[in-house]
Amino acid sequence: MTSSTAPIQVERTTRASRAGLAAGAIALLALGSLPAWGDPSTMRILVEFIALLVLAQMWNLLAGYAGLVSIGQQVYVGLGGYALIVLADDLGVNPFLAVPLAGVIAAAFALPTAALVFRFHGGYFAVGTWAIGEVYRLLIANTPALGRGSGRTLKAVFPLARETREVTTYLLALAIGVAALVAVYAFLRSRYGLGLMAIRDSEPGSETLGVDVFRTKLVVYVGVAFGTGVTGALIYLNLLRISPDAAFSINWTAYTIFIVVIGGLGSLEGPLIGTALFFVVRELLSDYGAWYMILLGALAVGVMLAYPQGLWGIVAERWDLRFFPVGRRVRVD
Amino acid sequence: MTLLSVRGLSAFYGSFQALFDISLEAGEGETVAVIGANGAGKTTVLRTIAGVLPVPAPAVRFDGAPVGGRPAHELVDRGIVMVPEGRRIFPSLTVEENLLVGAYRARPGRWSLARVYELFPVLAERSRQPGTNLSGGEQQMLAIGRGLMANPRLLLVDEISLGLAPLVVQELYRVLRTIAGEGTTTLVVDQNVSQILPLAQRVYCLRKGAVSLEGRPAELTRARIAAAYFGV
Amino acid sequence: MAWVDTVLQGLLLGGLYALFATGLSLIFGVMRIVNLAHGDLSILAAFLAVVVVETVGWNPFLALILVAPLMAALGYALQTLVLNRLLGQGILPPILVTFGLSIIIQNALLETFSADSRRLNPGGIETASLALGSGLAIGWFPFITLAVAVLILVGLQLLISRVSVGRAFRATSDDQEAAELMGIDNRRLYGLAMALSLGIVAVAGVFLGIRTTFTFASGPDRLLFAFEAVIIGGLGSLWGTLVGGAVLGIAQTVGAKLSPGWGILTGHLVFLAVLLWRPQGLFARARRVD
Repeated sequence: MTSSTAPIQVERTTRASRAGLAAGAIALLALGSLPAWGDPSTMRILVEFIALLVLAQMWNLLAGYAGLVSIGQQVYVGLGGYALIVLADDLGVNPFLAVPLAGVIAAAFALPTAALVFRFHGGYFAVGTWAIGEVYRLLIANTPALGRGSGRTLKAVFPLARETREVTTYLLALAIGVAALVAVYAFLRSRYGLGLMAIRDSEPGSETLGVDVFRTKLVVYVGVAFGTGVTGALIYLNLLRISPDAAFSINWTAYTIFIVVIGGLGSLEGPLIGTALFFVVRELLSDYGAWYMILLGALAVGVMLAYPQGLWGIVAERWDLRFFPVGRRVRVD
Repeated sequence: MTLLSVRGLSAFYGSFQALFDISLEAGEGETVAVIGANGAGKTTVLRTIAGVLPVPAPAVRFDGAPVGGRPAHELVDRGIVMVPEGRRIFPSLTVEENLLVGAYRARPGRWSLARVYELFPVLAERSRQPGTNLSGGEQQMLAIGRGLMANPRLLLVDEISLGLAPLVVQELYRVLRTIAGEGTTTLVVDQNVSQILPLAQRVYCLRKGAVSLEGRPAELTRARIAAAYFGV
Repeated sequence: MAWVDTVLQGLLLGGLYALFATGLSLIFGVMRIVNLAHGDLSILAAFLAVVVVETVGWNPFLALILVAPLMAALGYALQTLVLNRLLGQGILPPILVTFGLSIIIQNALLETFSADSRRLNPGGIETASLALGSGLAIGWFPFITLAVAVLILVGLQLLISRVSVGRAFRATSDDQEAAELMGIDNRRLYGLAMALSLGIVAVAGVFLGIRTTFTFASGPDRLLFAFEAVIIGGLGSLWGTLVGGAVLGIAQTVGAKLSPGWGILTGHLVFLAVLLWRPQGLFARARRVD
């Protein structure tokens, strides 16, 4: 209790974030101009990087902030991918326009899925999301129009010159990456984001404060499905060939979980670090088969046991660094 | 002979300090009362003695040995048994199973299922019912019986009369008298001062986490106790 | 008659599913942990049995005598060394750690045993059948599987209801702190529960390996079916698990008979239907579990 009349200020940005914003803008310019001076393989890797990063950001929002641990997000990757093929090949939509639309379709499926899956909580919620994912996979693998078990190829891009397709895909990926980052950041700094963090800390507590827990969780779940669906479409725009086993593979979830856990759950910076580390490990161990997955798994388990806040969490605590501050600080002069 | 000795005990819930430098003693065979208003820290004291709250080892000495901070299940082995606030009867277990689980550590002693049923005949009648089907007073009896099944050397009873009707409370205190008569050292926390004082050889009054009064009930006046209790 | 046979096959398959489900349900009941590596651990047991069979030449049933206690010990170690450290940290860490474990086990099995499919050969009993009259016959092995499942369930039920440790399981599941006041060491108890769970899962894995071929990737489906059996039967009920397994098994066999390739999907659909119309399962206990 202080009786001083010192002015109190509430700050929402940090010095690091202002510096980070500047650095980010420069990086964006560099990346945006890449098609002019870079080569196609770099662009392909970056598309993959961005896709995994966005998947990680989405999963992070769901699990790290909303407390919904889903191991079934691959459903929306697959749905987004298949929606792309159907929209572009069967319905004649421009394939690049079809990407965000695929996200909308994925989000539409998220509603009935949520109706089922929200009946579970905690660990059983996790398994439930995966179980439903399997149902989707099997249903699609049994649908002739969708290519059954062998899948389909994206034909709508064939008329385009290879370079045009690659550059447009890359720029689209960049746009998606930035949009996802901005959207998640803006959401967390908004009233809804505050409600979400309250739910994360205490569900019953936040309810007494008037936070509509169910609705907030549903909004996040559907929003994340949209983001994941868009990313799924992007991935298959890049790969051109989709099959149920690959699109609905649990590996998508495995990668994102490892990225988020190692990088740092519940922070925006964490997935960035995690994705970078993931690519490094994959490159280093690419000749050793399944060992890179074993290493990643062991790393994730180890980090969870010893440093649950992840690599970024260690850095942030040590040096009080926040590039994407979502909290508020009270400064008393 | 001093069985329990608490010296300089400070306890924290996170960064909130609940106890400030508490000292108290219980001699073997004594009944000690710990009284005080809501939030004074009475339950916290019991929880630190029972091993639920971590404290430095020398802060709590039992039978001469430092036991502060030892986990609760280990302390049961030594004979420190707590009857927790709110009874905490296990809903998945019957009355009899609740009693049996109290004897989990199989400590030797005079208390057995038969003797507990003798002390609380109503428990024998309801032995096959789920523990939580009992009334509040019966659950308190069950909780005490469950504690006795561990053959305690030191029985800690937390908020024995909380939420119970006066007649039931009287019955409970009659039972406490019997237990004390057998020589079990008992530390009883209660907000009901009038019932507990006649039973105790020593009383400690807590206020805002510190001892505001201690002594033998016979030597303390009502006025002094009220002053220590309310801080007026 | 063909349909009766199908239902019968499904019922027997349910015995195997019940075995898988029991281990999962036990640790969820006691410690509220869902072990995402549950299925992979059963496959690990099956591969361990392969190793024993190939090196020592024993019958797979005999190999169980080595494998089951080994897996139980592994379970105790896993719980006390790894999962116990996550206690009190919420639901996220155990899910993530067991998921990580699942991936590690699968990939380690892949590296060690390659992607080849394996099968355990008990020397003939898996093809022997018992004639029931009216043209019906059941395989001896599926019947034994069901019998073993029922035996284990009975044993577990007795343990939980009559024995001191079983009471301790129930008490700890009710109120962990109060259980500690009874002198129950939660950490060791949880280790025991996990040991029991993995011992049972080892039996399930070996029986699966006898019944059908398996690979390093067969684990996740086991978890899935175990989970579905638990949900259909109802949380918190051991006998419900048996019924849940039977319902799932029958759904799968009936579905496969209607159209090959639709067997598993039919099981999923029945699971979803139960989830929609009776989410607490067919035999749920009144107690709320989440």
